[in-house]
Amino acid sequence: MSNNIDLKKGLDIPIKGAAAQKVVRTVIPEVVAIKPTDFKGLIPRLLVKEGDKVLAGSPVLADKQNPDILFTSPVSGTVKEIVRGDKRKLLAVLVETDSEQKKVDFGAKDADSLTKEEVKDLLLKSGLWGALIQRPYGVMADPSAEPKAIFVSSFSTAPLAPDTDFTLAGKAEYIQAGITALTKLTDGGVHLCINKATEAKSMFAKMDKAIIHGVSGKHPAGNVGVQISHISPIRKGEIVWTISPLFVAAIGQLVQTGKLDLLRKVAITGPAADDPAYVETLPGAPVKSLTASYEGVRYIGGDILTGEIIGKDGYLGFFQDQICLISEGTEREILGWAKPFRMNLHSSSKCYFSWLAPKKLYDMNTNLHGGPRAFVETKCFEDVTPMDIFPIYLIKACLAGDIDKMEKYGIYEVLPEDLALCDYVDPSKNDIQDIISKGIDLMIKEMA
Amino acid sequence: MAEEKKAGLFEKGGKLYWLHSTIDAFDTFLRVPGTVTAKGAHVRDAIDLKRVMIMVVVALVPAALFGMYNVGYQTALATGASWGFWKMFFYGLLKVLPLYIVSYLVGLGIEFASSQIRGEEVNEGYLVTGFLIPLIVPVDVPLWMLALAVAFAVIFGKEVFGGTGMNIWNPALLTRAFLFFSYPSSMSGSDVWVHIPKDMAPTDAFTGATPLAIAGDGGVGALDAAGYSFMDLFWGLIPGSVGETSVIAILIGAVIILWSGVASWKIMLSSIAGALLVGWFGQLAGSGIPAYYHLVMGGFLFGTVFMATDPVTSAQTETGKWIYGFLVGALAVVVRLWNPGYAEGMMLAILLMNTFAPLIDHCVVSASISRRAKKMKTA
Repeated sequence: MSNNIDLKKGLDIPIKGAAAQKVVRTVIPEVVAIKPTDFKGLIPRLLVKEGDKVLAGSPVLADKQNPDILFTSPVSGTVKEIVRGDKRKLLAVLVETDSEQKKVDFGAKDADSLTKEEVKDLLLKSGLWGALIQRPYGVMADPSAEPKAIFVSSFSTAPLAPDTDFTLAGKAEYIQAGITALTKLTDGGVHLCINKATEAKSMFAKMDKAIIHGVSGKHPAGNVGVQISHISPIRKGEIVWTISPLFVAAIGQLVQTGKLDLLRKVAITGPAADDPAYVETLPGAPVKSLTASYEGVRYIGGDILTGEIIGKDGYLGFFQDQICLISEGTEREILGWAKPFRMNLHSSSKCYFSWLAPKKLYDMNTNLHGGPRAFVETKCFEDVTPMDIFPIYLIKACLAGDIDKMEKYGIYEVLPEDLALCDYVDPSKNDIQDIISKGIDLMIKEMA
Repeated sequence: MAEEKKAGLFEKGGKLYWLHSTIDAFDTFLRVPGTVTAKGAHVRDAIDLKRVMIMVVVALVPAALFGMYNVGYQTALATGASWGFWKMFFYGLLKVLPLYIVSYLVGLGIEFASSQIRGEEVNEGYLVTGFLIPLIVPVDVPLWMLALAVAFAVIFGKEVFGGTGMNIWNPALLTRAFLFFSYPSSMSGSDVWVHIPKDMAPTDAFTGATPLAIAGDGGVGALDAAGYSFMDLFWGLIPGSVGETSVIAILIGAVIILWSGVASWKIMLSSIAGALLVGWFGQLAGSGIPAYYHLVMGGFLFGTVFMATDPVTSAQTETGKWIYGFLVGALAVVVRLWNPGYAEGMMLAILLMNTFAPLIDHCVVSASISRRAKKMKTA
């Protein structure tokens, strides 16, 4: 192994409801949704109309700014509905699935022999280009950009995150082909970060052609942004791309078989889930087809720190491989903060006594546990941010909309997800991710 | 049904909307709000500011209880009365309680009113400030002066900046500073530290001077002559501000706020280091006071543990905390040793460093940025 990154700061949130390592069923949904809102920076142009026939891999949307970037249907079927929101904003394209699945044939190839242009072309056409995320700002990758490197974090440390060695079991060959294909896109190589704790039995440790880094530590050690900041921090003007292992495997499979196959194991997790386990399905599958229906429960696509509320009538997002179910915490606790013990609640602070039960897992809900206040205690942010930045100064610069300071304090290196734990630990209950996200939006607007 | 009606009354458009901050404050005091997360992380830590503040109050309780006992003890000692433990304690309790009532009535009153004006929720910062103030004043301070000082500190020290979290100076220390400079005769000298009831006369041996003042005049020799050993100062049965005298009670509090992570050990440690270093120089220069005496005399330890570590007014960067704490300790002893006007330097040292804390942070952050810029260039 070439490099070791040992991170001391961070926090693993002890929440109940980890998915058991079993696939309980495979769901080929009757309807799938292709949601342009899954891709940051995408201005969608519709390529189909209601009633059109599509195959798995047929284009449904294109990017208006980069018409080469196509977004394709994961299934073969008929376009059922175009869902629009306020001001006719395109929210989703619903495709009704055929009983027999047909796929566009992009032509099986050997990853080694592909050229840069061929890889690019294949990704753009197949709809997998959208899986590449560009930093700074975490937007859809620009095909004309020259990234200094591509980074892949092979594992996630987020709460209840799926275990990639389980979800991608049997796909080692595809992952290898995916990495090989990705190396063609950059001169700086593909950096693959693996979890040192599971290194011995991880298939990722055996990958060839990637620059491998062993990472250890609590969340957010598995965040690719944190890893980049320790491997090769992003300077002003530089661009890097990141991609999740799920899509590395999909790219490898596309190259080797010529077919787009987005079937993935999705972890159904959370304290409100009856039997947390994995379901195999496609992105865009209706949540209803994947989980039971509960009242007073929040359906989160993704993890509890960074996920999006998709609701029980919603659809699984393109990037999501977890649906987390937690109760809405609208109940009001009498004298909560004044009770000496609140053993049913977790706190990373020693003002409560959860440190006495370090192994305990908690039945968490969405209650804020307090009211919003001005920043008072700020060391807690540094304790959960294993990066060479001062979180509170970056946050304040974002609040002030001060571009110059945001630059100096490291806005290029972070995405909201990298500071997600600040949301959790803040006694003043500020929405740090929202502040950072608005700061990034301002940067995009001002630097364009 | 009744509850719904009541809620309507205080909601926007309701008749008593102008009281909503106050009602919210009591409501959320009794019951955790039912608010759920709307943006960002979907689950949140159980910690909130109320809990942070209450931890500090809990940490202050030993010093407050000891202070009450000591008030009775000093009165008994000065007048030669032969009181038992409980009599001394209740005597002190009755003396200190009015200070608490004034502190909280005036302070919270202003806090509620300004929250109402800003239309915000009432912040819990004053829970701590209000508990601190009676502990850092002499027991005999007239209540009207205290009320005036509290009003000044809360309005001009905190609310004009936007309330808790926005203030530059520690409001409790501002209260003390206001008293100190406006009414020096009630805040210094030998007559204010021990309460002598009108119907009792002090014994002939009674001087009323604090050990700090004695040591300032004649060094450790004078302390010995007055009958104060190092251990007396450590236990704290000596004249002084209500809560500052007992090192042992303050240390219990220090353990609580350090363990719970509310206060920074870096600030406490560096403040002590700063005091010892300057105290040692002072000793070399002939101050006649061993450096470690500075730690147990006057308000040094109380200030180091409870005031210098205020997360709002102290330095916020970790490196900055070392610098800030060190300068607090060093400056306090500098004032004690080389300023004939003031016996105690802790209050001024902390207020001065409160002023410079943002500058310290600015330097630390700038240094870090240029270091990063260099690293980025060579990377």
